[in-house]
Amino acid sequence: MKHITTVNKANLKETAAKGGCGKCQTSCQSACKTSCTVANQKCEANK
Amino acid sequence: MDKRIHKYKQGEHYIVLDVNSGGVHIVDKIVYDMLDYVSAPMAEEMPADLCEKMSGYDKAEVQECYAELLELYRAKMLFTEDEYRKYADMTLNAPIKAMCLHVSHDCNLRCEYCFAETGDFGTGRKIMPVEVGKKAIDFLIEKSVGRENLELDFFGGEPLMAWETVVETVKYARSVEKQHGKNFRFTITTNGMLLDDEKIDYINREMSNCVLSLDGRREVNDRIRYTPNHKGCYDIIMPKYKKLVAGRKNEGRTDYYVRGTFTKYNLDFANDVLHIAEEGFDQLSVEPVVTDPKLPYALTEADLPAIFAEYDRLFDIMAKGDKRFNFFHFMIDLQQGPCAIKRLRGCGCGNEYVAVTPDGDIYPCHQFVGMEDWKMGNIFEGTVNKEIKDYFAKTHIYSKQGCADCWARFYCSGGCNANSFQYEGDVQKPNRLACEMQKKRIECGIALNALKLQRKNEEK
Repeated sequence: MKHITTVNKANLKETAAKGGCGKCQTSCQSACKTSCTVANQKCEANK
Repeated sequence: MDKRIHKYKQGEHYIVLDVNSGGVHIVDKIVYDMLDYVSAPMAEEMPADLCEKMSGYDKAEVQECYAELLELYRAKMLFTEDEYRKYADMTLNAPIKAMCLHVSHDCNLRCEYCFAETGDFGTGRKIMPVEVGKKAIDFLIEKSVGRENLELDFFGGEPLMAWETVVETVKYARSVEKQHGKNFRFTITTNGMLLDDEKIDYINREMSNCVLSLDGRREVNDRIRYTPNHKGCYDIIMPKYKKLVAGRKNEGRTDYYVRGTFTKYNLDFANDVLHIAEEGFDQLSVEPVVTDPKLPYALTEADLPAIFAEYDRLFDIMAKGDKRFNFFHFMIDLQQGPCAIKRLRGCGCGNEYVAVTPDGDIYPCHQFVGMEDWKMGNIFEGTVNKEIKDYFAKTHIYSKQGCADCWARFYCSGGCNANSFQYEGDVQKPNRLACEMQKKRIECGIALNALKLQRKNEEK
């Protein structure tokens, strides 16, 4: 494409189908403790 | 504009997020402008009036752009629908897998903004007895059926004031984890005052992550983080943090954060981030104060332009390739991030995650501690208030006011429940100030990581 660069897989829907295993870290335990930031967590099911 | 996308300009870059698929597109100005007029369902033929609306642009180029957008739309990477509501109640009856263990309701600092009310959460100064720490481990093992990885954060007050409880709790957990098929991950959040060689070695050996509190420049830090005698802590903790991080890297561990809070007193907080980086730390988290809006250092909506400008400044520095540091709030994994299910409800507080006080009382999270109405039980009774647990399980982006229509919902997951309660008196009402700052950070984070991926793809 000349006008658009898509940088990722846009796969959020796929993750719903096989998600929810609960292996991942609880977001507030990492470095915030006063604000919720979830999208920076890693999926640990794919490890 | 179609609410299924979010478009914004970050620096000189035009970014389009397809909200429901997570697709991130870097576009040029024509496509960016065109998205004011194009929405789903997209027609195979370009609408006749589009050229008129895009009158400043060449007709052939407009046609070309429409064709590219149509291709994305067909590939389900643009204007996709939100189909996640059916998963919203999936974590009802979820096991508890994470705990914030308040080993100390006492502190050796008197930081002005402390949500723990100088360390005791308004409930009296206490150190957690070792047997409570051990019982908390038993409780977490019992309540985490089906989960292998269990997280336990030693918190306070100041957890190093309860060192024996920390060491004995870890020792006990290690002695029983295998027989129960569990893997404990310990973390600690400290103000650094009591760090010494023995504790540094121990933390670097046993803690998978540690959070070191420091607000940035000496004068900024010491104005608000000081001892009971009103002496700033910067010069005491800085050499200890350097020693800890150097030792940690020698152990091959990279997980730690130097974590600061910014307030109205340092609205130029990017200078504090840079200061911490210049002191040699590379994993940084500096975030907005959560406090009573009436207090002099509280952030208000009038501060938003200054705060946004600072986030933009950090973005510019990082986008230009400054690799000295990683900024926690700009970390967004666009490829392997959390699944959609996790993104519906964020931290899991009160459901998968609880806080436990020195007396063994259970609360939804550390920020609810001391609020009697939110007490969920006691670990010695072994029960958890089901009504409160279910309430949090049912608290998600579709239950919170305004979240279901917000483009940022799969990144903040509805925000911090405790913040909402503190500011709005209702867990279901996200606070506008917190939301605006969060959205700005997400925009910066998405743009930064999109540019990184673009560079990587170009190198291939």
